[in-house]
Amino acid sequence: MPVNHGYLLPCRSLHKSNKILVSSGTQKINDQIIKLMKENIDGEKILMMYEKMLLIRKYEEKIYFLFLEGIMPGTIHQSLGQEATAVGMLFDLRKEDYMTSTHRPAGHCLAKGVTVESMMAEMFAKKNGCCKGKGGAMHTGDISVGAIPAIAIVGGGMPVAVGIGISCKMRKTDNVVVCFFGDGATNEGAFHESMNAAAIWNLPVIFACENNLYGASTHISQVTKIKDLAIRADAYGIPWEIVDGNDVIKVNEAAARAIERARKGSGPTFLELKTYRRSGHSRNDACGYRDKKEEKEWFEKDPLIICKNYILENKLSTLQKLEELEKNVLDEIDNAVEYAKSSPYPEPDDALTDVYFEGRI
Amino acid sequence: MATMSIAEALREAIREEMRRDERVFCLGEDIDVEGGFGGAFTVTLGLSKEFGHERILDTPISEIMIAGAAVGAAMTGMIPIADVQYGDFLFCMMDQMANNAGKMTYMSGGNVKVPMVMRAPVGATTRGAQHAQSLEGFFTHIPGLKVICPSTAYDAKGLLKTAIRDENPVVVFEHKLLYGSKGTRAEKSALSPVGEVPDEEYLIPFGVAAVRREGKDITIVATLLMIYRALEAAAILEKEGISVEIIDPRTLVPFDYETVINSIKRTTRLMIVEEDTRRNGWGAEVAAQIAEDAIYYLDAPIKRVATYDVPIPFAPIMENFVVPSVQRIVEEARKLMRS
Repeated sequence: MPVNHGYLLPCRSLHKSNKILVSSGTQKINDQIIKLMKENIDGEKILMMYEKMLLIRKYEEKIYFLFLEGIMPGTIHQSLGQEATAVGMLFDLRKEDYMTSTHRPAGHCLAKGVTVESMMAEMFAKKNGCCKGKGGAMHTGDISVGAIPAIAIVGGGMPVAVGIGISCKMRKTDNVVVCFFGDGATNEGAFHESMNAAAIWNLPVIFACENNLYGASTHISQVTKIKDLAIRADAYGIPWEIVDGNDVIKVNEAAARAIERARKGSGPTFLELKTYRRSGHSRNDACGYRDKKEEKEWFEKDPLIICKNYILENKLSTLQKLEELEKNVLDEIDNAVEYAKSSPYPEPDDALTDVYFEGRI
Repeated sequence: MATMSIAEALREAIREEMRRDERVFCLGEDIDVEGGFGGAFTVTLGLSKEFGHERILDTPISEIMIAGAAVGAAMTGMIPIADVQYGDFLFCMMDQMANNAGKMTYMSGGNVKVPMVMRAPVGATTRGAQHAQSLEGFFTHIPGLKVICPSTAYDAKGLLKTAIRDENPVVVFEHKLLYGSKGTRAEKSALSPVGEVPDEEYLIPFGVAAVRREGKDITIVATLLMIYRALEAAAILEKEGISVEIIDPRTLVPFDYETVINSIKRTTRLMIVEEDTRRNGWGAEVAAQIAEDAIYYLDAPIKRVATYDVPIPFAPIMENFVVPSVQRIVEEARKLMRS
């Protein structure tokens, strides 16, 4: 390894254990690592991350239901099953830090602090949606909390994240940007150009690759020779880790390391978050292209169940309290649906405004 | 009042704006490498001496990244001036320009602004088909972008300063034969017009055309190099008793239709001369708009003189044939007077 990075050695050993976990599909976890995790992450934080994941799960389930009812226009690309990547990566960020997202942005946006109400209103194509009805599901975002409106062209957000990194650095802040993209984006030219640029300029960009194994219906193994996408980072001199993307604690720990590097000016990190979507690629996708055994194995590794079990096993909370938490989350979402339903539609000719910036920030 | 070339005027605009506002920075390939060119046409030459290489950022050959980084930086508090070496390379970054730069403000419901500038040299200069195109038409077609084409040193400085201060993405098309680049980057057969540029600060608003020559028989609308060819043609036509008015719109988006319509009210004839290929070029849009709004002022059909719909050939004899020449403008003007 010509370009390495002494500090990465412990992560490499973590990576090995993760890799076994992911490829074999078993739940065999290194006890020593678990012990370390227990010491390093406090219970309160884990509960808050669980709550955020629950919010994403219930939000997406509600969206799916509303979509099937036919009262919601457009299409949906859901982040069910990928709650841990969103929350784990973004939980430690400040409001002033940035996040770029993809065509599957709901989890990222909720985790970065976009309000449920404004997102739900956008889904209902209402005037008070987070993009005033002009963005829709695939462009969800709110720059006031650092959530760049999602960029739905695969890989298209990566060079934008580089520019945000330049901006954070030139303005002499220690802010960082988390750049989400999927396994599919790693075969885009934008991926190569962005990784290289972030590396040469030591930018505070954290490349968060959510490898959910499929670009729409195409399995990553059909389109990529290597098994672990993270090793591509070596080609750019960027340190990397492979992380169990369904374990929010592990994601958060890896994110914390990457964020720390970025904040202190040590440059980008590449995190490959191995995960799986519990839903189809988009609406009306029964996932006929997926192996049922593979689905079963991954569905057993539900990020919410993993986190919930951890909480209960370590007595961070009780089942009863978690049920109350769930009820509160459901209420919050129901309120957001009511808010969205009762919100006004835009006027048709509102479509003619905001083509150019009109100074209303 | 100083006399300067367009390249020098553009450099002065960048220098003044970078001094005025620390958010302004430049990025692009070879823009100020030590011992290098200062961009393909010397516009940014020497700026790193004053501003350092952090603000004059030489990039890898990565056009997607350059454009995307400009968008990202612009959205988060900076004002990037990106340089694309040759306009033809804009195609490499088209996703970023069309899908991000042009749409981010809209998709966010007006909550995001993208104050960036993309500078792109255009024009056929015996470099063959991939370093020759005039791409204005592609970019005028994208809602959310502004498109400007400075053809004099005075305009180059005033319009670029306005572009840098605009809160929207602005694509600046500059002509290789007009820069007046010097030394090893000098262009063969360049016109390199020099012009007077005031010492005091000035800005030129977008959407205000300049009348380059007054006349009473034909209105010619042209940009960049074609302005100078039209001026030459007008001098020839003058001797034949044909008086030509020449309008330089200076900015294609927004476009000053009022000045064009006021002119054709007097001349009753309109010719559009563009170096872009003819089919669906910006001239087609201007012709259509005038036909919709002002056709009854015209005594003859609108004439477009544009590059033929072929890639730009290398051989000078063929290149000169496909790009509108002084002779072609003269001949078409004569026909227009007869129709």
